[in-house]
Amino acid sequence: MNRLRITKTVIFLAALIPLERLLWKATHDGLGANPIEVITHSTGDWTLILVLTTLSITPLRQVTRQYWLIGVRRMIGLFAFFYGTLHFLTYIWLDKFFDVHEMLKDIGKRRFITIGFSAFVLMIPLALTSTAWSIRRLGGKRWQRLHRLIYLTGILAVIHYFWLVKADHRKPIAYGVVLSILLLYRVGVRMSEKASERRKQQAIPAQAQNPL
Amino acid sequence: MLIGKPAAIPSSEITPKATYLNRRNFLAGAAIAGAAAFTGVAFRDLADLVDPSLTAQANAKIDGLQKSPFSTTEKETPYKDVTNYNNFYEFSTDKYEPADLAKNFKTRPWTVTIDGDVKKKQVLDVDAIMKMAAPEERIYRHRCVEGWSIVVPWVGFSLSELIKRADPLPKAKYVEFTTLYDPKQMPGQRTSVLQWPYLEGLRMDEAMHPLALLCFGMYGEVLPNQDGAPLRIVLPWKYGFKSVKSIVRIRFTGDQPLNTWQQYAPREYGFYSNVNPNVDHPRWSQAKERRLGEFLKRPTLMFNGYDQVASLYSGMDLKKNF
Repeated sequence: MNRLRITKTVIFLAALIPLERLLWKATHDGLGANPIEVITHSTGDWTLILVLTTLSITPLRQVTRQYWLIGVRRMIGLFAFFYGTLHFLTYIWLDKFFDVHEMLKDIGKRRFITIGFSAFVLMIPLALTSTAWSIRRLGGKRWQRLHRLIYLTGILAVIHYFWLVKADHRKPIAYGVVLSILLLYRVGVRMSEKASERRKQQAIPAQAQNPL
Repeated sequence: MLIGKPAAIPSSEITPKATYLNRRNFLAGAAIAGAAAFTGVAFRDLADLVDPSLTAQANAKIDGLQKSPFSTTEKETPYKDVTNYNNFYEFSTDKYEPADLAKNFKTRPWTVTIDGDVKKKQVLDVDAIMKMAAPEERIYRHRCVEGWSIVVPWVGFSLSELIKRADPLPKAKYVEFTTLYDPKQMPGQRTSVLQWPYLEGLRMDEAMHPLALLCFGMYGEVLPNQDGAPLRIVLPWKYGFKSVKSIVRIRFTGDQPLNTWQQYAPREYGFYSNVNPNVDHPRWSQAKERRLGEFLKRPTLMFNGYDQVASLYSGMDLKKNF
């Protein structure tokens, strides 16, 4: 328990570093020629990194048998939502300056914005139901099913990135590869679970025929 | 003007009126010039030993600049921004990196091949090109296809000065420009983000338009490496990527060149690429732009505000010929 509390504190402080760095640069003339672009890219990057981090918790705890790691997942997920919100706010405030008409045009017309917006909106119910109370209220199974939306957020976010770059796709591809590994891991686990279930089901009648 | 082999000592170094080293480099420069004159050793060999930045003639002032009626009175973008925010994919796709990666880029000796449908096929030394006409300062708006803009005091003269001297044949309808291909010096060319070398093209009447600038300086000084040294063009009514940097070849041709970005994504980048607020990039709007240093976006103007080029495109559907 103590280890979890320390780890959570460390993660909490570490997850704030990207924001602190931005704020420091912003107040020290360090954001370069196009500050709004830097803020947009940085908050976007960190949203994606944190989404991928939450998605890596399950594989990591299963592979390393460090089951306590589940205790840090919610916080990382909420930080992903936090940076996603900053990214979204940068767009509506700094980039579009609350020009609703233009934003609606953007969301309808620009597919990378449509898809990025969707990725963000899909995170909202997850953030809202991140409490223990919500888990009890929804029931573990239903809560889990709802929170699988994060897979979709991850996929949409990578496509959003891929579609917005002009020519150099190396970074979005790198994110895509990591995401694919994390999702394929789950597919693999699911398939092996199904296979062992089937084996069990076949095994039961066989035992029934030949009781010891 | 015909030069087969570049002179051992670039003439700009022996003619201090055309280009002279600024105060910061004056002493080192004088020492080198003196030593070079005395020993007959090529300037750049010695300069290599002293300070690599000298070989690029960094910060050398350009003398005798004439004012241009084409200049805008808008506020110039700070030098720091124009030299640290560069779309120069030959070095990096990250706009903050060319400033450092181009630091040791060699801009001398440098020749430009003039060929194709032209009477005088020739190889010109860049220092000879720079002396073809009197240098002017032209303060132009510069609009990137990505939606940001700057105001830059470029130095050069009309591209038409060079074209007239090259004497193109009547069948030359287009001019094609090629950027240096040298992956050893240009790390971006070791990746295949774009097809190298970078190619751009203009219709002959566009290239002959007085606004089209053959550029070798900015802010009163020799062009910094990350901004396209030693020789580039500047076409203020077109998106920035049309303004080729570090030119090594100018070819005259009867066929419309396939410019690099059009070759990469023909749906997104056309041959003309005139600044046009009414024709969106398929993935983003071109109606507004962010002038670097300003918070609120400003509306983008047709032809970036250079209406004098409109007649070049009269009768053309600019939605189709984007």
